[in-house]
Amino acid sequence: MALLELHNVHAYYGNIHALKGISLTVEEGEIVTLIGANGAGKTTTLRVITMLLPPREGTVTLNGEDLSQYRTHEIVLKGVSMVPEGRGVFARLTVLENLELGAYTRDDKQAIAEDLERVFTLFPRLKERQGQAAGTLSGGEQQMLAIGRALMSRPKILLLDEPSMGLAPILVESIFDIIQEINRQGTTVLLVEQNALMALQIAHRGYVLRTGEIVLADTAENLRNNEMVQKTYLGME
Amino acid sequence: MQATTWRSTIKAGLLTGVIALYVALTGMVLSLSKRPVVDKLSLGHVVYMLVFVVMGYLTARRSSWRTTRPALVPVQGLVVGGIGAALLALLPVFGQQVDLSWIFVTTKPNLYKFLLFNQESMAVGVAYLVLTGAALGGIAALLPILPEVLHQGLLYGAGFTLLLGVLSDLAQRTVLKVVLKPLFAYKGLKPSGALILFVVLSVLFGLRHWWLQRQRERSTMEVILGERPAWARGVQQGLLLGFLLILPVWLLNKDAYLNSVVNLVNLYIIMGLGLNIVVGFAGLLDLGYVAFFAIGAYTVALMTSTGDLGHGYTFWQALPLAVILALVAGVVLGIPVLRMRGDYLAIVTLGFGEIIRILANSDWLKPFMGGALGVLDIPKPALGNLVLKEEYQLYYLILAGIFITWFIATRLYHSRVGRAWQALREDEDVAEAMGIHLVTTKLLAFGFGAAFSGLSGAIFAAKVGSVYPHTFNLIISINVLSLIIVGGIGSLPGVVVGALALVGLPELLREFSEYRMLFYGIALITMMLVKPEGFWPKKLNVYSRPQDDTGPATP
Ligand SMILES: Nc1ncnc2c1ncn2[C@@H]1O[C@H](COP(=O)(O)OP(=O)(O)OP(=O)(O)O)[C@@H](O)[C@H]1O
Ligand SMILES: [Mg+2]
Repeated sequence: MALLELHNVHAYYGNIHALKGISLTVEEGEIVTLIGANGAGKTTTLRVITMLLPPREGTVTLNGEDLSQYRTHEIVLKGVSMVPEGRGVFARLTVLENLELGAYTRDDKQAIAEDLERVFTLFPRLKERQGQAAGTLSGGEQQMLAIGRALMSRPKILLLDEPSMGLAPILVESIFDIIQEINRQGTTVLLVEQNALMALQIAHRGYVLRTGEIVLADTAENLRNNEMVQKTYLGME
Repeated sequence: MQATTWRSTIKAGLLTGVIALYVALTGMVLSLSKRPVVDKLSLGHVVYMLVFVVMGYLTARRSSWRTTRPALVPVQGLVVGGIGAALLALLPVFGQQVDLSWIFVTTKPNLYKFLLFNQESMAVGVAYLVLTGAALGGIAALLPILPEVLHQGLLYGAGFTLLLGVLSDLAQRTVLKVVLKPLFAYKGLKPSGALILFVVLSVLFGLRHWWLQRQRERSTMEVILGERPAWARGVQQGLLLGFLLILPVWLLNKDAYLNSVVNLVNLYIIMGLGLNIVVGFAGLLDLGYVAFFAIGAYTVALMTSTGDLGHGYTFWQALPLAVILALVAGVVLGIPVLRMRGDYLAIVTLGFGEIIRILANSDWLKPFMGGALGVLDIPKPALGNLVLKEEYQLYYLILAGIFITWFIATRLYHSRVGRAWQALREDEDVAEAMGIHLVTTKLLAFGFGAAFSGLSGAIFAAKVGSVYPHTFNLIISINVLSLIIVGGIGSLPGVVVGALALVGLPELLREFSEYRMLFYGIALITMMLVKPEGFWPKKLNVYSRPQDDTGPATP
């Protein structure tokens, strides 16, 4: 059984049919990427999984359990954690407070402290800046913070929405290295990206989304070599 | 910043004139002319002259010539003040030819005479006015090109001298009576007194600025973060507590009016601390906050009144119920607005505030709540045999209320739910994705906020002795919200500063009461321009603490 499975999911914003029957699976231990152009419905897919936008049709299951019976704030308890698009750090709170809020649903102090150490090991920069207001961090640091915060709930699966957005190429590379490291340490990853080149380098499998529909699903390697993907998303002629 | 030109300077001068004319036409100038500040200089003078000073100062501060051609900056101020005053002079010049009073009711011959310094000859009067404006603008424009220490010292020195002059009754009775007395005339400052005060205060403020600057240069993290050693904070808090406790014995019991103003300010502080939870901590804009104040007040009124409507309970029996009822009302009224954000929330809560008032006023509930006639004969609280019937006795009751609410607010802020409120304020969706239950979190904020307001209302009812529906109007909600904003949203000391500035000051300057809303407007706009984050904002930690200062121990 897949860890996360979306089956024939339809989602709407009012009358706008944003997702038109999406099916995808993420197996335990995988990095799966969801690529697509602006407005394809990538963020919407993540909003559906976290029930910020419950699907009108279709199912979302985690380990076979239907997630639609839960509200957004309960989803994190099930082991799903999201790094929102544009990072969404709590700007006027400190780095440390942001991280603590990531562990909001937990009360095992000892384990939380351990996870904090783990985040600080992954992102030494955050440790240096733990007393600083998150809104005053650089874009790259905010992205690190958003990822670190998501890890603080000890998720089974981490949902990342365009972590490379607005970062310098060198930083993108190191963020992707860290995502790979997080995955190696045992967290499953669903990675939404426009930067298909980078995403397909670290992912095991990928899906291509176009205007609310999945048009391709394959291993990352095959997608890299796919002519259509190369043309449209990798910018090769 | 645009490059400074003579054209932009002249524009600033014209704007100055428009503002000065506006101030004169509101009627403020004349109605405030009866309060002397320094000798013959009245608050009426100060009000319109401040326009020249402030505009001259602002023009200079924004001038790009400040670095390139500093000698021209005071000339700029001169021009700004002069043009402004010349425009203002048009009012008496024209007004004495043409009757303007059918448009502007405030344009009376008195006003013209006042603006022209009571001069017989119009030409001389106009000349005086224009020269005064130019001189004030020019002097104010000097400040920004002086060294920082002088600049800050003179600015604050002048400001506080004026303030002391305005509040001369208060100043003479309180602050070091013996020392200050010789500086004051029967009303207002003596000219020599003003000069002495100005010099002394300027030196003091200059020294203070110098000292702060030196501290900043040393730039230890503790200083930047405003962290003082524990003993220093202890001493400071002890002194403050002592001051608050002896205030009535020392001063307030000798002046019932001042005392009632202080008590009113303090009741507003309790409300402010409550609304600060809702607006400041949780970021929920609530405009119906007066509703819970009314519920607290009516609960105490109806339970304790010795009149027909009362039920004969004591204040202490009624108080907890008042707080609980307000809390419940806060939660219940919170439910329908859970899904709303921002401006919608503000409008709906505004409606709630009105509903409570209209219900209290209705014929339908008249048999129970007294309708427009209100509830009378509310007894004063008693401690054993001691009836707290004097204002200075009630002061302690209210002060206790502030301590309790302050303590709760502080604890809440650092608690789990406090964190959740802040997360909610920053980003609702992300907060929810962190596992924060929006419903309970929001309702807790509404509940606590309402409970504080209920407490304030309960004491208010006992203090005043009677409650009427019309007391609980929208203005109270607006007052509380404004004082939070002016003080600095989310900051507890900010609530105190805001209440003193927006409730205390206008009460002490009773002539101002007509212009109270104007005063609020000016205070809010000034704040947005000068200190957009409020006068005593919450500190944002921009600088990192030294490593491992707050983090968990590294293994
Ligand atoms: N709140 C909303 N209300 C209405 N329509 C929306 C809303 N959010 C998204 N949409 C629409 O749904 C579609 C999918 O949007 P989505 O944000 O999922 O795109 P995306 O793939 O994440 O794009 P991007 O790469 O630009 O972030 C778009 O056509 C968008 O206009
Ligand atoms: Mg998106």
